[in-house]
Amino acid sequence: MTRAALSALWSFWRRNPLQLFTLVAGLALATALWSGVQALNAEARSSYDAAAAVLGEGRYDQLVPRSGETIPQETWLTLRRAGWQAGPVLEGRLRAGETSVRIVGLDPLTMPGGAGPVTQAGDAPLATFLREGTLFAHPEVAGALTAALPRPVVADPGLAPGTAITDIGVAQEILNRPGALSRLVLAETQPLGRPPLAEIAPELVRQTSRQSADIGQLTDSFHLNLTAFGLLSFAVGLFIVHGAIGLAFEQRRPMVRTLRTLGLPLGRLIALMAAELAAIALVAGGIGVALGYALAASLLPNVAATLEGLYGAQVSGALSLRPAWWLSGLGIALLGTALAASGAFWRIARMPVLAGGGRRAVALPAGRRHGRQAALAVALMAATPLVLWVADGLVAGFVALGALLLGAALALPPLLDRALALGARWARGVRAEWFWADTRQQLPGLSLALMALLLAMAANVGVSTMVSSFRLTFTGFLDQRLTAELYVETESAAERAALRTLAAREARALLPVLTVETRLAGRRAQLRGLRVGPTYSENWTFLAREGAVWDRVAAGEAVIVNEQLARRADLWPGATLELAPGRSLPVAGVAGDYGNPLGQVIVGEALFRDLFPEETATRFGLRTETPQALRTALVEEAGLDPGQITDQSALKAFSLEVFDRTFTVTAALNVLTLAVAGFAMLMSLLTLAGMRVPQLAPAWALGVTRRTLGRLELLRAGVLAGLTAAAAAPLGLALAWMLLAVVNVEAFGWRLPMFLFPLDYARLGLLALAAALAAAAWPALRLARTPPSALLKVFANEA
Amino acid sequence: MRHETLLALTALLAAPLPAGAQGFAGMGTDAEGFATPAPDPRFEFPADHGAHPDYRIEWWYLTANLEGPEGTAYGLQWTLFRSALAPGEAEGWESPQIWFAHAAVTTPEAHHAAERFARGGTGQAGVRPDPFAAWIDDWRMAGESFDDLTLRATGPEFAYEVELTAEGPLVFHGDGGYSVKSEAGQASYYYSQPFYRAAGTLTLPGGEVAVTGSAWLDREWSSQPLAADQTGWDWFSLTFESGAKLMAFQLRQTDGGTFASGTWIAPDGTTEALGDGALTATPLEETQVAGRMVPTRWRLEVPARDVAVTVAALNPRSWMDTSVPYWEGPVRVAGSHAGRGYLEMTGYE
Repeated sequence: MTRAALSALWSFWRRNPLQLFTLVAGLALATALWSGVQALNAEARSSYDAAAAVLGEGRYDQLVPRSGETIPQETWLTLRRAGWQAGPVLEGRLRAGETSVRIVGLDPLTMPGGAGPVTQAGDAPLATFLREGTLFAHPEVAGALTAALPRPVVADPGLAPGTAITDIGVAQEILNRPGALSRLVLAETQPLGRPPLAEIAPELVRQTSRQSADIGQLTDSFHLNLTAFGLLSFAVGLFIVHGAIGLAFEQRRPMVRTLRTLGLPLGRLIALMAAELAAIALVAGGIGVALGYALAASLLPNVAATLEGLYGAQVSGALSLRPAWWLSGLGIALLGTALAASGAFWRIARMPVLAGGGRRAVALPAGRRHGRQAALAVALMAATPLVLWVADGLVAGFVALGALLLGAALALPPLLDRALALGARWARGVRAEWFWADTRQQLPGLSLALMALLLAMAANVGVSTMVSSFRLTFTGFLDQRLTAELYVETESAAERAALRTLAAREARALLPVLTVETRLAGRRAQLRGLRVGPTYSENWTFLAREGAVWDRVAAGEAVIVNEQLARRADLWPGATLELAPGRSLPVAGVAGDYGNPLGQVIVGEALFRDLFPEETATRFGLRTETPQALRTALVEEAGLDPGQITDQSALKAFSLEVFDRTFTVTAALNVLTLAVAGFAMLMSLLTLAGMRVPQLAPAWALGVTRRTLGRLELLRAGVLAGLTAAAAAPLGLALAWMLLAVVNVEAFGWRLPMFLFPLDYARLGLLALAAALAAAAWPALRLARTPPSALLKVFANEA
Repeated sequence: MRHETLLALTALLAAPLPAGAQGFAGMGTDAEGFATPAPDPRFEFPADHGAHPDYRIEWWYLTANLEGPEGTAYGLQWTLFRSALAPGEAEGWESPQIWFAHAAVTTPEAHHAAERFARGGTGQAGVRPDPFAAWIDDWRMAGESFDDLTLRATGPEFAYEVELTAEGPLVFHGDGGYSVKSEAGQASYYYSQPFYRAAGTLTLPGGEVAVTGSAWLDREWSSQPLAADQTGWDWFSLTFESGAKLMAFQLRQTDGGTFASGTWIAPDGTTEALGDGALTATPLEETQVAGRMVPTRWRLEVPARDVAVTVAALNPRSWMDTSVPYWEGPVRVAGSHAGRGYLEMTGYE
């Protein structure tokens, strides 16, 4: 019996290969989008983890110099001899051929928690590390290092990209910084009776692990965005699956009845059908995982570049296949299928043995269902502001987003129903009235596909608005911040002297970049000293200001804070900030500072030198009308290395390139979600087409040609897609607003101004329309070519 | 003594140790250029209190039996190990000398331990013979002379500072300080100062405790790990109420046999070497600690000296949970002779 039942169940798919294809393709696409995004996330995360594991970042507190770049080795020794358990780290960049390698030198004996390759891999014994001067390098840079250094180099994929780990002594030698350290990593447990840090090494600042994990928080928000996108895509895909399963089960009702009357117990039947679906889900999930892998592999270089450009996080450009990832892909495919099929199973389970032979081409009376659905939609949308009002944080932001989107999706069918009713009221003539009425009657069958389209379009509008607003704001900000034509990095006092002499003669202004990392308003923050002049007063705009900002800052009477700090510490114009004990100044202005994870306070140069007299500027901006000539003079007369001079336009171009890569990722995901939505539409229309023959036959019999019927089908799809697009635009804008004003503030600490791009939306609307028409074309064509005999049969069967 | 700990630690440091290449005692240098101990040593003090970087392994090993004001017994350990990746010393990070140290305080109820690691050459750790100073980080054993030292160590939950005053001469083990460790001839240079009077302060989770008692310092260096068939080590340093002292060790072999040796130390510091066969050590009772069974009560017999005693741990859970774990703690002696001392056991897996 089981065998017979199985073969009967399978025969259905054999007879309806298109439905099987829909099911598998929908599930595979959903899984692909979901697992592709997951793969991107997992890869990026494991790259950070590798970096963090080696450097103890995020796990251990660190001691860093209060000012300057290095810590003398004697200071570390003094701390050790006083009982402080701290491991020294020296970091620097080494040019190896064409590549720049980040060299991390550490002492494996005193490094808390062991040291990178020594303990991680286990096959790199301490003696190799200490005695042979081996460098353990990420495979991408191992070759360049081998060529550049007369030392053994071991490729270790567990390391962060672009990084090589070696013994501290080796690092000091190859970086040519004898006796210098960058930072000290503190062990979690420290012995009793140590003297306080302020007593033995006042020039060091303790950085708690939470502060060093700032990058982690930022990249987390990027991943959260990606995850939300993946989830949304999966939801869109599930609409397809739900539709396909629902349809297949409806069509199999006669078979179910036959099997049960033949004596197959209901429990076994359901178990068989579940097993059948599980097998299909596994196959589709497998295809989806493979597709997702391809998707991730093609997008990863862009994501890696984005993360590195935005946050300085190193991500490998190569993808590795992790079991956890493909298992989760299969799992989500199974889960999604179960979710999508639960309703169908419920109906089968409740079906009386002998009933239900007939198909239900005409769906439930729409009124009652719409009423319930509308109530749920209103409740969900009402919950959106409530969640935002009650809870804070990224998660709350996303919960609110989810409620809004789901609510909107549920509201779509009742809204469309109303709109179509309105259309019917204005209709003139029998055919027009029939068209509206028939469209309305089809709504239940198409509503899932339309909801998918709505979500896909809204996501597109929202995400592209966010990214474009980001870009616009950021370019403006770059213009404002990178005002000097050239930026010069100096390495010695002699170089600075030569630069000053040359600048006095050749440049319009020399602007020292004075920055220290310190603690302000109870947080880690940057203090920046500016030589106030027209360069700043002409180019800067403020989000909030009070009085003559630049005059007050130049006079040392007020400070400017960046938006991040203003929001985090509630420091708006009028508030007072303590710069040093007994040294408080009012806030005169708040400036946007996009892409900076830290709070920043800007003071006049004189005040900065007063507060940090030992701090020397090593970076300078140069104003000039003739950047090329000045650049040449800097190299030839001041003896600077061309690598020390950055052209502002190059810097800007690099920053914009980073954003364009972000766009590539977003645009690719956009197109994919739209394609998925279009596919959902196609499948819904195709399946409806078969069932609609009995409904269309009377119209045909009354004289409407098949051609006209086909054209009306196309028009119907256009009307529905157009109405959905009209609903998607405001939803997309609401989504964009939430991304910019809620999620962004939670994730990054600054609020992005929202810009509207009507042309983009129009283009998106057309694209959605095109997708809908393309989806409707084939079913319409099929309808137009339905043989008259098939239409005639409708009447024969009815008799 | 304590070869096993060092062997394991050296293995941790992954210095290659081809057993066959170690050669026999007195053969000059081994395959990797380390010096090896030779019979009839002539020590020079204070220089020999300092480090011998041409030998692979070396230690300054102090244990103390102490008593608080209420008569509570305490044990204390302070050990500085040197393990060379290559012979010789060099400046800065180039130094091939690895230093590490263990410190512990044992009470009848608790055992607190800590460890430190360092490299030679930077000044983070080292030993200077005159005036004597042995240190790693803030741990320190130093004084005007080897007879008058201040000892300190700190851990996350304990600290101590103890004054040590020698009340007797140095004691040389084996043949004038040349101590044979196996039938194959592995040997070390080995002398002790077992006559320290100790007084100081322990800082424990319950507060500070003033303590007095006695301490025993071992100095040993060599280049040869245990013989290939030796798996572990039981080592006793006992002080009897009569004033006499006994150092005894046995190396356990894979075949179940042992190689035992020791030194009988008269109250005036005169010694008699006890060769293999002159003493027996038999486990009487085991304790489960750190997931393994460790003998914490022993029967120790030296027939030639009419010694037949039981040696029992003050705290059977004196487990050193360090990179290379072992058991080390104070013991009580009863039977033909009463007294107290220290017990170290390694290789109980």
